[in-house]
Amino acid sequence: MSNIKKRLLKEKIAKVAMQLSGITITGSLFFIIGTILYKGLPYLSWEMISQSPQGGFYIGKEGGILNAILGSLYLATCSTMLATLIGIPISIFLNIYVKSGTFLERSCKLLFDVLFGIPSIVYGAIAFSIMVWVGIRASLLGGIITITLLTIPIVVRTIDELLKTIPVDLKHVTFSLGATRWELAKIFLKYIKPGIFTAILLAFGRAIGDVAGVLLTTGFSDNLPKYIDEPAATLPLAIFFQLSSPIPEVQGRAYASALVLTFIILIIVICTHLLASKQQKHKI
Amino acid sequence: MNASIPHIQIKDLNVTIEGKRILKNINLSIPNNSITSLIGPSGCGKTTLLKTLNRLVDDTKGVEITGSVLVNGEDIYAKDAEVTHIRKKMGLLSQKPFPLPMSIFDNVAYGPRIHGEKNKQVLAQIVETQLRNVGLWHEVKDRLEASATRLSIGQQQRLCLARGLAVKPEIILGDESTSALDPVSTQTIENLLIELKQDYTIVLVTHILRQARRVSDYIIFVYDGEIIEFGKTDDVLLNPQHEITQQYVKGFIS
Repeated sequence: MSNIKKRLLKEKIAKVAMQLSGITITGSLFFIIGTILYKGLPYLSWEMISQSPQGGFYIGKEGGILNAILGSLYLATCSTMLATLIGIPISIFLNIYVKSGTFLERSCKLLFDVLFGIPSIVYGAIAFSIMVWVGIRASLLGGIITITLLTIPIVVRTIDELLKTIPVDLKHVTFSLGATRWELAKIFLKYIKPGIFTAILLAFGRAIGDVAGVLLTTGFSDNLPKYIDEPAATLPLAIFFQLSSPIPEVQGRAYASALVLTFIILIIVICTHLLASKQQKHKI
Repeated sequence: MNASIPHIQIKDLNVTIEGKRILKNINLSIPNNSITSLIGPSGCGKTTLLKTLNRLVDDTKGVEITGSVLVNGEDIYAKDAEVTHIRKKMGLLSQKPFPLPMSIFDNVAYGPRIHGEKNKQVLAQIVETQLRNVGLWHEVKDRLEASATRLSIGQQQRLCLARGLAVKPEIILGDESTSALDPVSTQTIENLLIELKQDYTIVLVTHILRQARRVSDYIIFVYDGEIIEFGKTDDVLLNPQHEITQQYVKGFIS
């Protein structure tokens, strides 16, 4: 076979492989969305999203999941905000204030890589044992703290990757104007602003979808979350509990809850993209 | 300022990066109010030499510096030297233009703002003056609030020059500042630099010999971390004293 034919064949194989992966991933996505739509849509009603559960959560078919919707929104919003507020300064510090290549920089980045990979049940278990030791019961606050710790590494690593894409010359020209490192940090943040929304989105997605982290620390409640020191319901746990019920109707309600969760994430994704694209105007 | 003291004097400067000696025993006085070009093959240390002048070399991984660089008689590598203040004295024109992620106006006003200028009228005046200085005012005066990244590359480079001038430096450092530009923009920048040398001391790194010849008064030939030859442009380019300079000028080494 001539050389050019060989190369074209390789090109073809690569293309087919890529198409196959594309089809697999979009196929599974549509399969998942299709399943929750098919199984959940018949049970989705205004009552479902506007009321808290009545007549016992596991066996009752009355009421809705407003407790879990609100609980999840509170939990995810608070932890994402906290994680962003704590995570951005960490990445700024590691990228601007710490000299690159030093032991401190490398060990911190390694640490965050490890933290990034630790399963949420470990965070949950550790937070739970500390809560028992201090004497706090499972509550919204416990969940927020756990999920914040879980999402900080996501924010740090994402912002870190963004900061790495900044050309070193931008740093040099800013310094040459007599800027301090803090002033440079502000320029960098401005530069990566659209990307920060991606970091927030990733953190929020992880926060709202996490089950294991909240299982021990947040507990569950049929009541609407009113106080930060009381147990609160979350959507993933609501789905889990409803799905394990023997009654088919309650199982259907689990799929409806999944639909609500997916819809919330969809809205967050759209909002983030809209906000990010508005920030694009100064992108180099 | 006393004109007899050179703006920049380098004494026994040695720079080592990760164990490799990049600059060896550099001793140099850069003439005031003139353009001095650093030429030499790639990797010879000319950019490092330029970056030692405003201490941007500090940012390099594993760097060790000995010796001193005197700017207006003050050692910028002294322990109590304040790096932000030193850098303010030196405008840097980088290889490619890097506008800050903000509007045209804010780019030029950025320097004066961080150095404490708050008066809007004064800022507007500075922006206009500097944009006129670089011949950009008429092209952008109606869209000062537009993003700086919307400008063409040549315009961006002039904007960056204006931004640098706005902090009132004494010295302009250029690191192959025209290598990303088209011939017309290159000429514009070169002419600007020639005009600016009346008020500033200018040091350029370039690998284009014709450019060095067009703009500079003095040439420093750097080879393997050492200064081989330093003299007036015509002397170095037309009548080089060292064999290695001859070879470089004739294009045998690059």
